[in-house]
Amino acid sequence: MSGTNRIALILGLGFLYAPILVLVAYSFNASALVTVWGGFSTRWYGVLLADRPLIEAAWVSLRVALLASLIATILGTLAALALERHGRFAGRGLFTGLVYAPMVMPEVITGLSLLLLFVGIGLDRGIATIVVAHATFGTGFVAVVAAARLRGLDRALEEAAADLGAGPARVFWSITLPLLAPALGAGFLLAFTLSLDDLVIASFVSGPGSTTLPMRLYSQVRLGVNPEINAASTLLIGAVSLLVLTASWLTGRGTGEGGKDDGKEAGKAGGTGHAPA
Amino acid sequence: MTPRSARPLRALVRLPPLLWLGAFFLVPFAITLKISLSEPATAMPPYLPVLDWAGGVEGWSSFLEALHFTNFETLAGDALYRDAALASLALALTATAILIAIGTPVAYAMARASARWQPILVALVVVPFWTSFLIRVYAWIAILKPEGLLNAGLLRLGLIGAPLEILNTQVAVLIGLTYAYLPFMVLPLYAVMSRLDPVLREAASDLGASPTRVFWSVTLPLAAPGLVAGALLCFIPMVGEFIIPDLLGGSETLMLGRVLWGEFFSNRDWPLASAVAVLMLLIVVGPVILFREAETRRGEAAR
Amino acid sequence: MADPLRAGAPETQPLRLANVTKRFGTHTAVEDVSLDLRSGEFLCLLGPSGCGKSTLLRLIAGFETPTSGSIGLDGRDLAGLPPHRRPVNMMFQSYALFPHMSVARNIAYGLKGLGLSRAATAERVEGLLRLVRLDGFADRRPDRLSGGQRQRVALARALAREPRVLLLDEPLGALDRSLREETQAELRALQRRLATSFVVVTHDPSEAMTMADRIGVMDRGRLMQVGAAAELYERPANRFVAGLLGDVNLIEGRLGADAAGPTRTVETGLGPIRASAGAALGPGDAVVVALRPERIRLADESGEGLAGRVIEVTFLGDRIRRLIRMEDGTVLRASGPGGGPDWPVGADVRLGFAPASAVVLPA
Repeated sequence: MSGTNRIALILGLGFLYAPILVLVAYSFNASALVTVWGGFSTRWYGVLLADRPLIEAAWVSLRVALLASLIATILGTLAALALERHGRFAGRGLFTGLVYAPMVMPEVITGLSLLLLFVGIGLDRGIATIVVAHATFGTGFVAVVAAARLRGLDRALEEAAADLGAGPARVFWSITLPLLAPALGAGFLLAFTLSLDDLVIASFVSGPGSTTLPMRLYSQVRLGVNPEINAASTLLIGAVSLLVLTASWLTGRGTGEGGKDDGKEAGKAGGTGHAPA
Repeated sequence: MTPRSARPLRALVRLPPLLWLGAFFLVPFAITLKISLSEPATAMPPYLPVLDWAGGVEGWSSFLEALHFTNFETLAGDALYRDAALASLALALTATAILIAIGTPVAYAMARASARWQPILVALVVVPFWTSFLIRVYAWIAILKPEGLLNAGLLRLGLIGAPLEILNTQVAVLIGLTYAYLPFMVLPLYAVMSRLDPVLREAASDLGASPTRVFWSVTLPLAAPGLVAGALLCFIPMVGEFIIPDLLGGSETLMLGRVLWGEFFSNRDWPLASAVAVLMLLIVVGPVILFREAETRRGEAAR
Repeated sequence: MADPLRAGAPETQPLRLANVTKRFGTHTAVEDVSLDLRSGEFLCLLGPSGCGKSTLLRLIAGFETPTSGSIGLDGRDLAGLPPHRRPVNMMFQSYALFPHMSVARNIAYGLKGLGLSRAATAERVEGLLRLVRLDGFADRRPDRLSGGQRQRVALARALAREPRVLLLDEPLGALDRSLREETQAELRALQRRLATSFVVVTHDPSEAMTMADRIGVMDRGRLMQVGAAAELYERPANRFVAGLLGDVNLIEGRLGADAAGPTRTVETGLGPIRASAGAALGPGDAVVVALRPERIRLADESGEGLAGRVIEVTFLGDRIRRLIRMEDGTVLRASGPGGGPDWPVGADVRLGFAPASAVVLPA
């Protein structure tokens, strides 16, 4: 690699990681003053574990993320099948737009309009409404990852199965779905993380008693830098890194024909998204 | 090619996502549009008129008569909203330009890295992308504030005499936008660049092109689809960004997302918030359509 | 198939294509193809890429629906029958082995739903593995196999359901040259043993000539000629077929006025030539005379025949090829075994050939 390329990489990655590393380092700072190093300590993790409301909020977030990403995975898989395997159908343009637009739509718009819908139909706001909101934008992300994988699959595999006497249902369950599984796993994790991360949409559609972790963190962050938040952030970053590693391991497992480009496809699909705040 | 007998089954596959996204994405927009034409009220829901579904045609016509454009007149007449809209556009455009300038060399360097390093580099870019947006923005407060790490470092080096005021300015917002959206620019660009046939670059240099000319005349034009996708992927959500201006921009930086948030949560003016949403939608609808086209084309190109 | 005695008599024609046409939008991929496959026959569909041969295979397998025409199997019309209900099987060009299944499960995939017991299935898989010489590979994943082994798994899998007709799309296309030649013979022997009808798509004329009982030559969606390799070589129906199966001299001319007979006179730039011609052509028609280089006899200047001068000599190992410029400027290729008289570049020679070895074709 040439020198300029190396410098570009070091500067780019340094820019991406410096703030995160600062955060992690200061989560172990004994001093309550953020910019003064008071020695190594894990005291803020102790404070964190005793913070009941924060832990409550984390539980709410986990439950929401699990349900929302399950729904998103099912809907996203169906959407990907339609986009990649149905050729031209009536309303294809609208369908494509509905799948892709929620990924880039500014969250304040999505959040506000969903809230207006829930109020309009008289639905009580709570965990269920957050799940619906998160499943809605998660669907697009799962669809993109699954569609990329479907595109990479050799159509001859499904044709061979049909040629060997398998009806459409057996082709789907014995060939398409198993080959799609790694991408669906990655899509599920993507939807899960995005749900776990969302502040804006959840703020609009949540109700009393359904405060999510980002909402709780935000209310404290607004008051300024706080070592306890640093500790919480460090834990979150650790958990997310673990999820990313699992996801890349899952996509890397795609084997055999048509699976060669998995890593790139997943990278691309991952890049085709907007992480809601 | 599936035989015709399987066609009804296919419609059944499309139906669940279509219904879900229609109900929870399309219909809400229609409602937002409608409420942007209402006026606020101290009731629940806090706006008037409320459509009386049982009123039939008469209910509809009286409902339609009660709609008005006051909210949009407010938006157009009040300098605050005009400035917020212009600031949103200006900041999003500037940040997109900075992102292209930073993202292109990084993506190019990733694509030129050895096959062993490429997946590692991709993972390194993806990890921050998956990490909490809120936390990554929050991290910059500690760096940018007057007694923060950046100023402390610059002071110690003797480069500045007094702490710089960066936090709570538009500069801080630009830094935050660039930082938070960098992976969205790098990943699509890398995806395209890594697929370019290295033989094309070799052919160009064999024909006498310098490395710089190879980059500008071969690599960049062929990577244009990734550049367009990345730019749209960053620009569209940045226009409506809330967290970054809220945490880093201070009270003086008004972006549309923040104005909408304020009208909704602080002033409880739902119709005005809806009008801001409609305005924002008008700004991004063009880029959103472009993005969809680009995605569809990218999908077909990959076939 | 109106004859009730012949319907359901598989010995005659398992597969019958009648006026099959397939259009994709404005592009006609297959045009008016009629073809009867004989029982136990090895038929090669030969043609350049894009000639419609693969589409024809996919029409038979049921992945595409004919725009018009019909496809029948053992007297039964296959129209509307989806691929999974057709008693034909296909070996795909990419092999399409299921990457998430072992070799044994790949082969057993088509056996499900045939009402076989578990033991019978295992036995059948075992037998097929032996047939393709892959015993001991049952539990391997496809990605752990060599190209040749994958090819044999794909073959075994396609044979598992004992299809009436086996369709093979470029079955040897992914193999390297030496392996390909070896596999051609194997495939041929296997087909003889099973007595299953094979329809093989290939773009390689020598492969088709090596393996096939009959070759169907396709060009731009049309089936140009069907016949045994020797027939196609000696009696091509048109200049495309003549050129596809080996080197040929094409001499333009006009058919003379002599009465239709086994040989007729063609007026060419070289003078009148006697050549064999079909009855479809009339006096005065523009024609070409197709003449294989090895059918040209050379003689000394003093001998009989058309006069020409050697302008290039190429040594090809088993034979020698000479380019000869004729008096009117036409250049002909003549080839013969080495060891004969030596006519070097610049030598004046006389050319002769038997009228039966020159074929008159429409221009």
